[in-house]
Amino acid sequence: MPGKLKAKIVAGRHLPVMDRASDLTDAFVEVKFGNTTFKTDVCPKSLNPQWNSEWFKFEVDDEDLQDEPLQITVLDHDTYSANDAIGKVYIDIDPLLCSEAASVISGWFPIYDTIHGIRGEINVLVKVELFNDLNRFRQSSCGVKFFCTTSIPRCYRVAMVHGFVEELVVNEDPEYQWIDRIRTPRASNEARQRLISLMSGELQRKIGLKVLEMGGNAVVGYLQCFDLEGESGLVVRAIGTACTLDKLSSGSAPNTTTHVHPNTAPASNACNSPSKDGKESPLAHGCRSTHNSPVHSACSSQRLSQNFSVSVPTLIFTGMGSGGSAGKEAGPLKTLLRQQTQTALEQREFPFFTLTSFPLGFLVHVGGVVSARSVKLLDRIHNPDEPETRDAWWEEIRQEIKSHAKALGCHAVVGYSESTSICEEVCILSASGTASILNPRYMREGCLDIGNTDHRFEEPSPPSCGFCHIPYDELNMPFPAQLTYCHHCRRQKVPDVLFTTIDMPSEAAVSGKGCLIQARLCRLKKKAQGEVNATVISNLLPFMEYELHTQLMNKLKLRNMNALFGLQIQISVGENMLLGLASATGVYLTALPAPGGIQIAGKTPIDLSNEHHILTIQKRINDTIAKNRELYQINPPELTEEVVGSPIPEPRQRSRLFRSHSESSDELSELDLSHGKKDAFVLEIDDTDAVEDIHSLLTDAPPPSGFYSCNTEIMPGIYNWTSAVQMFTSVRVFRLSNVNLTNQGLNKIFTDLCENLLKSFYFKLRSMIPCCLCHLNFTVAVPEDELIQVAVTAVAMTFDKDQTQERTADKPVTKGCSETEEQLQFPLELFADSSSTNTQTSSKISGVPESTGVSPRAASVDYGSFADRCSTWLELLRLKAHTIRRGSVKTSRRTQSLAHSASSLDRCSPLPEGRSRSLRSNRSFGGGSVTVVKMTPLSFLPGTRIIKYLGIINMFFIRETTSLREEGGVSGFLHSFIAEVFAMVRAHVAALGGNAVVSYSMKECMLMENPHKNQAQCLINVSGDAVICVLETDQEPMSSTTSIGQTCTSGAT
Amino acid sequence: MTSHNRNLVLKGGWDKVVNEMAMELDVFVGNTTIMDEEVYQLWLDGYTVNDAVKVRMEGGVLEECEASADVLLSDTMDQYRTFQMCERLLHSPAKLANQLLFQIPPHRQAVLIERYYTFDDAFVREVLGKKLSKGTKKDLDDISAKTAVTLKSCRRQFDNFKRVFKVVEELKGPLVENIRQHFLLSDKLARDYAAIVFFANNRFETGKRKLQYITFQDFAFCAGQLINNWTVGAVDNMVEDMDVDLDKEFLQELKELKVLITDKDLLDQHKSLVCTALRGKTKAFNEMEANFKNLSRGLVNIAAKLTNTKDVRDFFIDLVEKFIEPCRSDRWTAADMRLYLTHYTNSAHILDTFKHQVVWDRYMGVVKSCIFKMYHD
Repeated sequence: MPGKLKAKIVAGRHLPVMDRASDLTDAFVEVKFGNTTFKTDVCPKSLNPQWNSEWFKFEVDDEDLQDEPLQITVLDHDTYSANDAIGKVYIDIDPLLCSEAASVISGWFPIYDTIHGIRGEINVLVKVELFNDLNRFRQSSCGVKFFCTTSIPRCYRVAMVHGFVEELVVNEDPEYQWIDRIRTPRASNEARQRLISLMSGELQRKIGLKVLEMGGNAVVGYLQCFDLEGESGLVVRAIGTACTLDKLSSGSAPNTTTHVHPNTAPASNACNSPSKDGKESPLAHGCRSTHNSPVHSACSSQRLSQNFSVSVPTLIFTGMGSGGSAGKEAGPLKTLLRQQTQTALEQREFPFFTLTSFPLGFLVHVGGVVSARSVKLLDRIHNPDEPETRDAWWEEIRQEIKSHAKALGCHAVVGYSESTSICEEVCILSASGTASILNPRYMREGCLDIGNTDHRFEEPSPPSCGFCHIPYDELNMPFPAQLTYCHHCRRQKVPDVLFTTIDMPSEAAVSGKGCLIQARLCRLKKKAQGEVNATVISNLLPFMEYELHTQLMNKLKLRNMNALFGLQIQISVGENMLLGLASATGVYLTALPAPGGIQIAGKTPIDLSNEHHILTIQKRINDTIAKNRELYQINPPELTEEVVGSPIPEPRQRSRLFRSHSESSDELSELDLSHGKKDAFVLEIDDTDAVEDIHSLLTDAPPPSGFYSCNTEIMPGIYNWTSAVQMFTSVRVFRLSNVNLTNQGLNKIFTDLCENLLKSFYFKLRSMIPCCLCHLNFTVAVPEDELIQVAVTAVAMTFDKDQTQERTADKPVTKGCSETEEQLQFPLELFADSSSTNTQTSSKISGVPESTGVSPRAASVDYGSFADRCSTWLELLRLKAHTIRRGSVKTSRRTQSLAHSASSLDRCSPLPEGRSRSLRSNRSFGGGSVTVVKMTPLSFLPGTRIIKYLGIINMFFIRETTSLREEGGVSGFLHSFIAEVFAMVRAHVAALGGNAVVSYSMKECMLMENPHKNQAQCLINVSGDAVICVLETDQEPMSSTTSIGQTCTSGAT
Repeated sequence: MTSHNRNLVLKGGWDKVVNEMAMELDVFVGNTTIMDEEVYQLWLDGYTVNDAVKVRMEGGVLEECEASADVLLSDTMDQYRTFQMCERLLHSPAKLANQLLFQIPPHRQAVLIERYYTFDDAFVREVLGKKLSKGTKKDLDDISAKTAVTLKSCRRQFDNFKRVFKVVEELKGPLVENIRQHFLLSDKLARDYAAIVFFANNRFETGKRKLQYITFQDFAFCAGQLINNWTVGAVDNMVEDMDVDLDKEFLQELKELKVLITDKDLLDQHKSLVCTALRGKTKAFNEMEANFKNLSRGLVNIAAKLTNTKDVRDFFIDLVEKFIEPCRSDRWTAADMRLYLTHYTNSAHILDTFKHQVVWDRYMGVVKSCIFKMYHD
């Protein structure tokens, strides 16, 4: 009996009137854990009952403690008939199982009913006493800490990164059980909520076990998702990154937090923020100049086993290196590095990391985005205890990702995530990440002391550009691309464009501000069933990927930028259409070459009027580019000619491409869709489609002045955040009324939908100007035939305008970490490791032989009968690709002074001694009787320091109504439901003693409506990390209290 | 929406705006509840969403923010929904502070409450002194038509009156304080509500044509005087009863004042004292002297009749008819009025045989200040 759970029911308030006659309620409470139930006395005739119960004690296994939620049901006593349920509270007691998190749960919880919503509140106290050494109980994994945050949580130091953990559990969905026909909707909803709560508890426990096995003590970047597969069942799956974290003592803690401060900004804590500085470039030093070009690799396969599945061509967006003679020393070093790391990584089946920002020195080079999709047909899960089918599906996808990464010369994938889109029996599984090379130090036992290692790098390649340097072998590139010397250090090669799924490393040298870039696409498809349907979908996917990619590239160039961070591509499937949405944050990295312009070319030059038209468009485009340069304050330093690396001769590239191609076993897979060949990007107008495309390119309105937006944690180029934040969720559903829609019509609608959402945000938040919308996370779905749903969660943060201007004025090139002084202390140490490496290896000069040469798809699935079809669409793609990318190369190059490179080291490191602050306060309360709880999708709150993580929040709610009209229609229904979800999250956080939720996200928002029956149902799943934070500028807890109140005030307007 | 469409809209194509938004669902929820004070006011004023959008557009908010009409519509709808959801809480404002559904900073909560309970003077003037019953509620559409306050807003204001009335009715202790604490209103607004409750409870007639010129603020002032001086709570605030009802004993004692007009000697003596004091100090002296007996009879009779509920209701109309109108027709200035009433009240103290000084002061103190307040055009 390893644990005793104790619960006490104190009081209720604001209860609903359950007895019409007296206008009162006779309430009592049932407290249930596992199979044990206790009841309080009835508190007669009161809407604000005081039960003040004894302590109810449950003696339970710790395994159950992890799996089960504490279930509190408030009922109205009725002498003559059955007692009426008022509502329930589920309390996840996981946070109490970890000594470092919360010690007691105490507070007011909203009483929630799936039909009526929140009905009053109940005050509850919960404690847990654990009796035994937890580690002896192998079935449980109490004590493993979970974090949604995709960086090393501030106030922790990472001792070791163990790697990828994943698990999934399946079950039958209660909604589809036969019993559902006879029970009430309420009972059915509650069964579902409870089951999912149980399943996620179990999942977390199992993942915890894996972590313990690996020797870790925490999961960072924990991402849990539900797949509601309908008839075929319910899947709860999770991925994360196992780590060993050391709690920073309070003395050292301050530096962890450093980052939040506006000035230090993004970079600061080692993990959190966008700044993942990990890329410490010392290792990277092999500079090779490169140009990037995105590559498409396509492969599809059909599995003939009982599960129909199609794996769809996947994209690798990368910068490719080709050519030059330049990075000589780089080669050997790289090899060595790779070898080292490989040993560390090879033990792992999947060298994947869900982190998006990294401790200093972790990330060495970035190859590009790798992604894989696969279309599956769902069938019933026969045996819930053996979820092998689903496991196998994911395994397959992960293998594919792994091989793509290898093709890019990378041994790891960071910023990794997985998702699904389900429509009836068809399911698209997607995974994506950023291929990269990591510093092995973090993966070896006992390596870790970043802080202490000293390292002096003789010729360090500045951290501000190191991660841009190509990781792959330029002599044997998997795809063609143009490389140039790094504009920053001029020693290694960089691609011309870099796409990644991670946050921008804080030390990256950027010019100007970044901005949100979205590519949106709709494709109609015929309704179909079964395999036919799956085939149709899988045939469409590559086109969609391709077009999304083209759009992204065009929009990037139009904004005069050369890199994308935080790239997420979502493809949603509906009965009669597919929706694709790619979001990313564009920036101008000064290490990469300046983007060329966009050139319009007519196909039929004979036509004079056409020519004129083209000229007009060309002018508009040029104007837009110029305007954007100003808008985003892009002002790269001048370069001197000498620096320029010679572009690799085209023919050679070509041939290389083809060669590698032929070497690889599958004929078709190499598809060159790269746009990167020339600096000026040529768009050919050959039909009306193209015209449309160009128009749509130009219709994206820039944000109104005073606003910026990005989908990463922080906006590059803004450092001086104030503490005002406003997190929000917005959902829109558009009904397509026109039956005869064309793809173009749909695209327009979809684009407008997204653009209008943004415009709405700007308008609503206008009082916060100057302000940046951060972490804009768009989720699209096709809930029904004619409906398009877009849900957005983001946070608006204000910043101090004056400072910004000053700063930009002074130094056109800003870096993630602007403060050299403080940061320098550590950063230097990082290089130690690498320098030694360097000396050892430098003797070898030759380029890196090896693995890079492997074609991307080598590892992937069998093609079988699908080959034919594939070849067809590949042909098509290729044709299209050629038309699009034709043009001359006009490169303009500039050199950049190295002046700032030194400063770019980041500040993130965990052990800063720079500013230590004593932190004493634990909680801060806002005014009023209700604790103010701030929420943010970011891993930090500007101006504050996180002093404690209290545990993960992972909540699933169902809400249903049979009086839709009375609740204000579907908007009214969802509006109150979302408000209720926020309220429940806040209440749980407050009860844990916290005052904020970081890394908050709404993972699911599934709405079904039937206005004719006056009914609607909605499911929402949210997660985040509950934390205590204090104002950074204050030592005194008191003052932080007030300021939190104020902040929230200011955010409110 | 393009600028072309926008122009169209500006020309009045309102339905079009709505139709263009084939939006099935459109919500925006902030962790801190976002409320625009301008929109809140429009909502309180009972504007429909479309009318509110129109008003906002005319206000130029679009130009400021480079937004389009449908952005405005969507924002307005969101806010209206939020207000509707909050409305339940506003009915018992104390709940707003400890509810969990909306995270609203305290100062903003105060604004929400204060604005919700703020009323239109034009409207309150119509229902002041009326029974807050269903019957009155049915007349709200007439009142709406007359006052140009929207029916929706009329209903809210009426319901507020009724709600405050109901809650306070049951409570002991000082009226204003009860209202302030229970509804978290500012002192000023709490006083206004006290007046409304007081008037409704005593059913003072305020609607007659002759009373039309008197503003709500005048009445509220008078109500304050009555509450502070004529109720049970006024003398002894430890008393169980509250200050919604007039002090019965006092009303009874008022009958004794009749001696001032029934006793011929007293009346003459009183008149000569007042006239001596006034002579030479005002142009209206002659009229004052001529009317003294009439005026005195008027005031004393009002006092003497206050034991009848019916006459209590007519208190203000009586003051106007018996005192204010005669004076006005004689063209007394406000200063004349002050002078006259001051001496009229004080002279009574010098009357040897007049024993009811305390009651007289308690009566005249209030009447004097009420008349001062009510004596204007």
